[in-house]
Amino acid sequence: MDASAAREPIRLVVNGRARDLAVEPHALLLDVLRDDLDLKGAKRSCDSQVCGACTVLVDGLAVSACTYLAVEADGRSILTVEGLAEGESLHPVQRAFVDAGAVQCGFCTPGMLLTTRALLDDNPAPTREDVLHYLRGSLCRCTGYRKIVEAILAAARARGQASAPARVE
Amino acid sequence: MSRRAPLRVVGQPVPRVDAVEKVTGRARYVTDLVLPGMAHAKILRSPYAHARVTRVDTARARARPGVIAALSGADLTWCDPYFGPAFRDRPVLAIDVARYEGEPVAAVAAVDELTAAEALDLIDVDYEPLPAVIALEEALAPGAPLVHTGEPLAGHFADLSTLRPEPGTNVCHRFQWARGDVAAALAGADLVLADTFRFPPVQHYAMEPHAALAAWDETGALTVWAGTQNPYSVRVELAKMFGVPLGRIRIVVPHLGGGFGSKTYAKLEPLTAALARATGRPVRLAASAAEAFQTVRRCSARVSVRVGLRRDGTLVGVTCDADYDVGAYADIGPRVVQKGTYTATGPYRVPHVALDARAVYTNTTPGGAFRGFGVPQLAWALESLLDVAADRLGRDPVDLRRQNLLAHGEEFAPGDTPIDGKLEESLGRAAEAIGWTQTGAADRGRGVAVMLKASIAPSVSEAIVRLHADGSVTVLASAVEMGQGTRTVLTQIAAEVLAVPVARVTVVPPDTAITPYDQTTSSSRSTTMTGRAVQMAAEDVREQLFRVAAEHLGVPARELALEDGAVVAATGRLAYPEVLAIRFGMSGGELIGRGVVAPGRTAAPLGGSTPFWEMAAGAAEVSVDEETGAVRVERYVSVADVGRAVNPLLLEGQDEGGVVQGLGHTLLEEMVYEEGHLLNGTLLAYRVPRADDVPRDLECRFVENADGSGPFGAKGAGEGSLIPVSPAVANALARLTGVRLRDLPLTPERVWRALRTRGSR
Repeated sequence: MDASAAREPIRLVVNGRARDLAVEPHALLLDVLRDDLDLKGAKRSCDSQVCGACTVLVDGLAVSACTYLAVEADGRSILTVEGLAEGESLHPVQRAFVDAGAVQCGFCTPGMLLTTRALLDDNPAPTREDVLHYLRGSLCRCTGYRKIVEAILAAARARGQASAPARVE
Repeated sequence: MSRRAPLRVVGQPVPRVDAVEKVTGRARYVTDLVLPGMAHAKILRSPYAHARVTRVDTARARARPGVIAALSGADLTWCDPYFGPAFRDRPVLAIDVARYEGEPVAAVAAVDELTAAEALDLIDVDYEPLPAVIALEEALAPGAPLVHTGEPLAGHFADLSTLRPEPGTNVCHRFQWARGDVAAALAGADLVLADTFRFPPVQHYAMEPHAALAAWDETGALTVWAGTQNPYSVRVELAKMFGVPLGRIRIVVPHLGGGFGSKTYAKLEPLTAALARATGRPVRLAASAAEAFQTVRRCSARVSVRVGLRRDGTLVGVTCDADYDVGAYADIGPRVVQKGTYTATGPYRVPHVALDARAVYTNTTPGGAFRGFGVPQLAWALESLLDVAADRLGRDPVDLRRQNLLAHGEEFAPGDTPIDGKLEESLGRAAEAIGWTQTGAADRGRGVAVMLKASIAPSVSEAIVRLHADGSVTVLASAVEMGQGTRTVLTQIAAEVLAVPVARVTVVPPDTAITPYDQTTSSSRSTTMTGRAVQMAAEDVREQLFRVAAEHLGVPARELALEDGAVVAATGRLAYPEVLAIRFGMSGGELIGRGVVAPGRTAAPLGGSTPFWEMAAGAAEVSVDEETGAVRVERYVSVADVGRAVNPLLLEGQDEGGVVQGLGHTLLEEMVYEEGHLLNGTLLAYRVPRADDVPRDLECRFVENADGSGPFGAKGAGEGSLIPVSPAVANALARLTGVRLRDLPLTPERVWRALRTRGSR
């Protein structure tokens, strides 16, 4: 196969680590993450930017990796679900999802977590309505969403409490 | 056992045992698995609803670099190319005829997905379009084109030995059941109401699309990693297809990204295994979400119900004539029809009954199992009509239902399990929680509905529990974890019986080479049936511990108990490692316990007595935008009778999900066909509930009287919450607006039209 001739070199910083890759121009970020980098956390479901299962953060913004060209991510920083925890210590958003029972089959979970991370980075104290609005691009067929919304609000509260002393100073 | 210690783990909201692997992205689903040399498959599908396939030429596809194999139905001469649990009527790839738009006609395996997809364009197929039947009316019309012309082969599903196809028609099964003299009862009734209701075809949309990975090894044995809810059923299909003994077929089930019935019985596994055989390589077939719309759906239905009541509200007779559209292949549709219709009279005392249901083939996506299994279609009809009856009799809908509910211990049908719960408690609590007797806001309406559903019977579940030298425990069972939390629940049950922490118990994922037989993960049966097998296996280990300890301590076994990882007697305690060291005379060996649940056939009408009755009530409060017809469910309360909540946190999650899935087919979802073509077979066009569609106030509660036949008095749950949703919402809408809708979903357009014509009726 002569496909490699058409490959383009790109550099991604994935979960804090620089990765030099050669990808085909039509390669999707989701496939590069899953197949080339063996990061299987991001999932393919609707394949049309509706469901959010493939959501990752590109320079902090939530994107659907199923419709995002890998070459567009050249030079950018990618955060996937594998990069959320610090060592064995879960990120507060992950902790909140576990504690609230916001996980069932788990297929939407990686995307939900990254969507939440993006939301809280953007808006540390979201209202319930803010959360519902943000989740319009994230489907879940198992939970009925109630526990996901609870988990997101709990994560926001936990983060608020954690950062409260800093504000007092 | 006389020892009745308080429960330690069962009944606790234990976080799910697979939560951390799922929030860290480490949980593995079929499409996350990679095998060396793995090929990737794609399917070419029929563009016609019904067509003769006169020629399939795969030569150009096969010649393309990177393509390893291309198959059509005609190539499958080296295996038995038909499958299906009820009838073996479904070819792995279309043979001579394509019977629905989207039916697999040919398939390619190539070095990568893109190559396989591009090779599909190189397959030449000649079709001769045939007249198609899409709607039930078309399929049932005299002289209608036939979807199937030959005699179907019987499938492997034991309960369907009584299948009754009607030759020369599109009816592939007819189920009739009667009790008493319904004609006389209705003739003598003070009020007889009859109406016809429709339930749409809807898509499960489990977020993980169907997928399988198959590999034959050098000994001629087949392994399939499959996203399936019943590995043992898939194994039977593949054994029959390839003429291989059951023991040489291994089905391994990693995590499932949702099921809801869509992954029951064989789906893509036969084609994937055939491609693996043809290529001599491992083959992965990962369908898209759009392809799920072409794989299975809920059986749509047209349901005509007649109810007869006395002036005092007593139900005297019910007839139900239900036609279910099972699509182009039977799948488990005949059983959906029979099972759903069996409880068409709901949880009520009805002395005179006549039920008549047909499973009807059409040229559409095959209909199969979907959460509720035929019951939502009928509950939609009966529970709607009962509210009309209450209105006509000047009765409160809650009181009218309460008056007719079957009581605990009462017979539902001769030979079947007596009613094992207290529905009046569920209904009462749902009504109370929604504030039924209080005056509500003028712009809100409230409605209630109840449901009753049988579980699959007879069925078999087996389990093995192993206690290791360090006191840790392995549970071998084949209930599939698809999000419902069965792995956690089985962990809790073993941990409870053996008095060890949850963290010391490992439940092995289903693998037919390792984990013992379990019929199916469906019908809300796992906690009750697989759970009881695990409980029995753990109790078997406990008895072995008692025997060894009793002899060593010189006390009778009946004076022993398990506590905190040790056998305890008044005179002392032995930790499990000590017991095992005594038993084996060294540090090694393990205690193995076995549990078998196999109630067998009975004289009940469906051939087996339900292991439990699933029962739930729902109460809705809705508002409507009179300008647009948009219905909003503002509050919803679900109360399910679960016997005992083994894990209240997971159970609540199940029922919340069930209610919202129910809101989907109530307000939003319908697979729309036009001239044989599915118009909205993608997530862009098919709208499932989002977070902002969920009632702001959604409560799921449980009745727990420990009266279930499962472990610690538990019984099945998870389907019940979905079923009352549509009638409860429609009843609320009718009480608010005076408008009664008979067709789901309650789209803004339908509601708006009904509101506009309200005055003229």
